[in-house]
Amino acid sequence: MWTWFYKLASPPHVYGVAAALMPWLLGGAALAVAYGLIAGLAFAPPDYQQGDAFRMIYVHVPGAILSLTVYMVMAAASAVALVWRIKVGHAVAAASAPIGASFALMALVTGSLWGRPMWGAYWAWDPRLTSELILLFIYIGVMSLRSAFEDPARGDRAAALLAVVGVVNVPIVHFSVVWWNSLHQGATIVKLGTPSMPGSMLWPLLSMWLGFMLFYGAVLCTRVQAEVLNRERQAAWVREAIKS
Amino acid sequence: MRLSAGRAFALIVHRELCLSFRRPEHLCQPLVFFLIVTTLFPLGLSLQLSQLRDIAPGVLWVAALLSSLLSLDSLFKGDADDGTLEQLALSGQELTLIVVAKTCAHWLVTGLALVVVSPIVATALDIPTAAFATMMLSLALGTLTLSWLGAIGAGLTIGLRRGNVLLSLIVLPLATPLLIFGAAATERAISGASTVGALYFLAALCVFTCTLAPFAATAALRITLE
Amino acid sequence: MMSNFWSMGGYARYVWPCFGFAGAVLAWNLWAARRLLAGARLRSARALAMAASDAR
Repeated sequence: MWTWFYKLASPPHVYGVAAALMPWLLGGAALAVAYGLIAGLAFAPPDYQQGDAFRMIYVHVPGAILSLTVYMVMAAASAVALVWRIKVGHAVAAASAPIGASFALMALVTGSLWGRPMWGAYWAWDPRLTSELILLFIYIGVMSLRSAFEDPARGDRAAALLAVVGVVNVPIVHFSVVWWNSLHQGATIVKLGTPSMPGSMLWPLLSMWLGFMLFYGAVLCTRVQAEVLNRERQAAWVREAIKS
Repeated sequence: MRLSAGRAFALIVHRELCLSFRRPEHLCQPLVFFLIVTTLFPLGLSLQLSQLRDIAPGVLWVAALLSSLLSLDSLFKGDADDGTLEQLALSGQELTLIVVAKTCAHWLVTGLALVVVSPIVATALDIPTAAFATMMLSLALGTLTLSWLGAIGAGLTIGLRRGNVLLSLIVLPLATPLLIFGAAATERAISGASTVGALYFLAALCVFTCTLAPFAATAALRITLE
Repeated sequence: MMSNFWSMGGYARYVWPCFGFAGAVLAWNLWAARRLLAGARLRSARALAMAASDAR
């Protein structure tokens, strides 16, 4: 019953699909990001409170969302790899970690650049920024653990377990940081991305988000190819795959 | 002959406690570290005694987390190095039972010991006596939770050469909720506000972690031992 | 009109570095992924060549 599933997740199949998908995903990402940038930077009206500074959300918010989405993908792939012992799951998890960490870093840096004119400081202990920082630390932990083992298979499984433990913890961390913040600070933080946004502001944001998702897919495809090759160096299909 | 689970649990806890008390210096080192760190904070900040009370909960909790982390490294390491852990794993008892026993014993000699000496530190940090009960309860819950998070981390980093640094890197981000709720409970106890909310959250985290972490820690050991 | 766009209502100091950094992160992702794949292909090719010469 599960054979189709294993076939779908067989390394040569995944390698081929990733190679074929990559240009389409990258092309789609380029289109969506281009529309989002032009519409968001040039045509969306300035915010009545934040002026043109609000335009930074067009990279900040998609970056922050993606850092969480990538973590979810990484944890799901890790769980699949641990439960069914599917090697490709480890490849997807290993490929996702650095991408997710880079998106978390992007969210942090763009968030602090937005915070300077809004809060008057590059860093405020805003709950979202703080839990984003802790998410980045968890990413770094997962990546360090994977590379610390001399036996790559063992490193894969250790990192997978940590990713699954982390996924339980991420909402708890976020919730506790929100609770801590409400204790220490009034509601001085300007809400980003309120649902009452007019369409001319919202559509570019959605387009940027879609573009970032597609971009993640494209980079994931390339990285998964590399991770699969590294795990299957001697396999028979590799000769055919790397000839092209 | 196969022992009953309860008997095996008691034997392992007894063995761990014996080993710890035969090496009292190992028992004392994390506690001394706890005292030193809490001494360094006021010296580095050169505060008035009245201001000390404001930073006391944070200092106390950060020091408690760090000193608990110090001892976590030894949770499985000694037994893994000399092969005892493999023998235990092959003994026919559930590996989870062994993990639970070792972690409980570890908490008794580190977490509970830390709770016992915490009033000394609290006095030095000008925390009023009325807040001691809450502070000790929150530390007990927090260190137990941390022992369990640490058991996962220690299980994952057993065979690694620079495992200690990696262990901190893995465990500290996961421990931030403990720091937040623990320090909040202590702070509210000092100012006389209601501590129930923070203590409930700590207790919930503790129960949640004690329920799930044994399985995660067992899985971690299976990965690194096999 | 154009200078108005570049000044971003006085927030140019923050808006452009922000987009610049985001662009740099995206570019790094593409570059690092390509480099990783190139390295993996090279190592696979070497491993295959070694295996082939051993077989002979």
